[in-house]
Amino acid sequence: MARIDLDLAHAYRPNPQQESDYALLPLRMSFDDGGAYALLGPSGCGKTTMLNLISGLLAPSQGTVRFDGRDVTRLSPQERNIAQVFQFPVIYDTMTVAENLAFPLRNRKIPAARIEKRVGEIAEMLELSSQLGRRAADLAADAKQKISLGRGLVREDVSAVLFDEPLTVIDPQLKWQLRRKLKQIHHELRLTLIYVTHDQVEALTFADQVVVMTRGRAVQVGSADALFERPQHTFVGHFIGSPGMNFLPLRATSGALEVAGRRVARPTDLTVPEGEAKLGLRPEYVTLARAEEPGALAVTVLQAQDIGTHVLLTGQCGDWTIKARLSVEITAPQRGETAWLRVLNPHTCYYRDEELIS
Amino acid sequence: MELILDGISKNVGAQPWLYEMSLAPVRNAVTVLLGATQAGKTSLMRIMAGLDTPSGGKVCVDGRDMTGVSVRQRNVAMVYQQFINYPSLKVAENIASPLKLRGEKNIAERVSALAAKLHIEALLDRYPAELSGGQQQRVALARALAKGAPLMLLDEPLVNLDYKLREELREELTQLFAAGDSTVIYATTEPGEALLLGGYTAVLDAGELLQYGPTAEVFHQPKSLRVARAFSDPPMNLISAEAASLGVQLVSGPALSLPLPAAVSASLSGHLTVGVRASALRRERREGDVALPGTVELAEISGSDTFVHLATAAGEVVAQLTGVHFFELGEALTLYLNPAQVYLFDAGGALLVAPRRPGGH
Repeated sequence: MARIDLDLAHAYRPNPQQESDYALLPLRMSFDDGGAYALLGPSGCGKTTMLNLISGLLAPSQGTVRFDGRDVTRLSPQERNIAQVFQFPVIYDTMTVAENLAFPLRNRKIPAARIEKRVGEIAEMLELSSQLGRRAADLAADAKQKISLGRGLVREDVSAVLFDEPLTVIDPQLKWQLRRKLKQIHHELRLTLIYVTHDQVEALTFADQVVVMTRGRAVQVGSADALFERPQHTFVGHFIGSPGMNFLPLRATSGALEVAGRRVARPTDLTVPEGEAKLGLRPEYVTLARAEEPGALAVTVLQAQDIGTHVLLTGQCGDWTIKARLSVEITAPQRGETAWLRVLNPHTCYYRDEELIS
Repeated sequence: MELILDGISKNVGAQPWLYEMSLAPVRNAVTVLLGATQAGKTSLMRIMAGLDTPSGGKVCVDGRDMTGVSVRQRNVAMVYQQFINYPSLKVAENIASPLKLRGEKNIAERVSALAAKLHIEALLDRYPAELSGGQQQRVALARALAKGAPLMLLDEPLVNLDYKLREELREELTQLFAAGDSTVIYATTEPGEALLLGGYTAVLDAGELLQYGPTAEVFHQPKSLRVARAFSDPPMNLISAEAASLGVQLVSGPALSLPLPAAVSASLSGHLTVGVRASALRRERREGDVALPGTVELAEISGSDTFVHLATAAGEVVAQLTGVHFFELGEALTLYLNPAQVYLFDAGGALLVAPRRPGGH
């Protein structure tokens, strides 16, 4: 196991001139020994580039990769002692499940008794014990992917285990079971795990720390809780949660307070940053208010959708729309009506230049 | 356009793919076909389009029997999971192709109006291969809309996109459909997507049409256990129960005193199933609640919600809690439930009681 430090940038073309030439903009980042990390972002955000730089499949165009302080920038994945699990199962069809799991250990001349014990443990964790003697070729796609996961996890001496969207081929009903397995395994083995995905559920469920990426930049590294409650960047607010965070322009001058160009009574119990800013509030935290109540904004209801577990209200205020996820236990205002929404409350975040004002 | 499927069925070899079903999608509104893979959604759509002929029954369009009339003689627009565009044509030409085929005028104007609706104005001079997946699907959608067909069939059109793009496009599509110019049929495997699209939902399972009605009504009043299972995500918690003096007794769990209609409680007997939506389970106790103690198996965090899987004496249950919550694997947790919030199904799986909805319409 190792602590991994990145201080690098990567461009796939020579002589990068501007930001858009970089797949990964200059960054410094550390992955603690034994931590579970997810790299999360839309396609093209740089997450796979970062994973390949960590594994050694790719050398950065500038900067260094260090494992426990040792410079490994030019070393291969084997030399870095990295285990990898890919989107699609990588297994030997002619071998049995047990032989597949044992393969990474045999390769390293581990004593047979030790191999057998370890293969047994991993098979047990992944619920493959009853299939150890079967030929891998005869198994279904998700069982094969479990073998791939097992091969990634079987060695105890690896620096880190890297996963590249490993649950893509898994049936949705089985996904949660494997997520649970991975979490359990991390709990028990305390390996350094780095997991690339574009799926927020997978990232937030699996990782202690999620690295949210967009356009070659890591905009926040934090726990699921921090990403939800205090997004450091408007992209995080937008990307995490469905629907994402609402954003409205805010203007606070001596005495007067405007949200989306409308006067709003200033709540006495909240500190609102002076000047111009962007207000961010998650739909889950927008609540109905009384008319003219401090912190409340009047909107015209465009839609009040019954989405089963909640009512999703879409309101309009000038050029701006705002979404509120309301409890089904209240009677929601209907299309065309005016609703007062509390937009300034303890959950409200404020942004300037897309960054959270702390 | 009025489409009526009258007693249609489809067999492939000796294998029934669609059991006899009748469906009249509400005209000029959205009808969602909801069901898991292999439920029969695509088979049904192919019959609606005229790509396939049913083994039995009739397909009527505006009162005329169109069974066996090929797709070429019908006016249908289709959008598939895969992004299908003409690779050698620029975006503008792709969108214009159905208009040109009909020899329409003002094509350039129509193309830019459609491109504006789908936010691809800036891409009109590019080729499909130069676009991202989301942009390519927007082009395919614009071309389908350009056709102005009275029947539009969309087969899981968003499934190959990132979830944020799906969110965005789904919302735009809902607005386009709301114009009410065509009868829209939209297939999806996701209950959440059906609810966001609104309109009407037909629930399909293993080749059978189980229920058709307004989307919210089908969700809140599932006729059977099978519908409840198909139309819930996470799956509805189903707990075995027996009739008891004041309501029902969960097998290896607490008794629930249910406010049952007299007709139901009189006939209550034998084996029952209690259905509890994940969102009906809470961490806070309220008056009249029953407690379900257990241990946490996993907390899945979706961004907006945390889904806690809890092992209890009554079996495993899943609770949906708003926001982000952390639980250790194996942690002890008690969830609470108001008996008025449960569904009750009889031994045959038919719905006996659905929760009354305080904010319901």
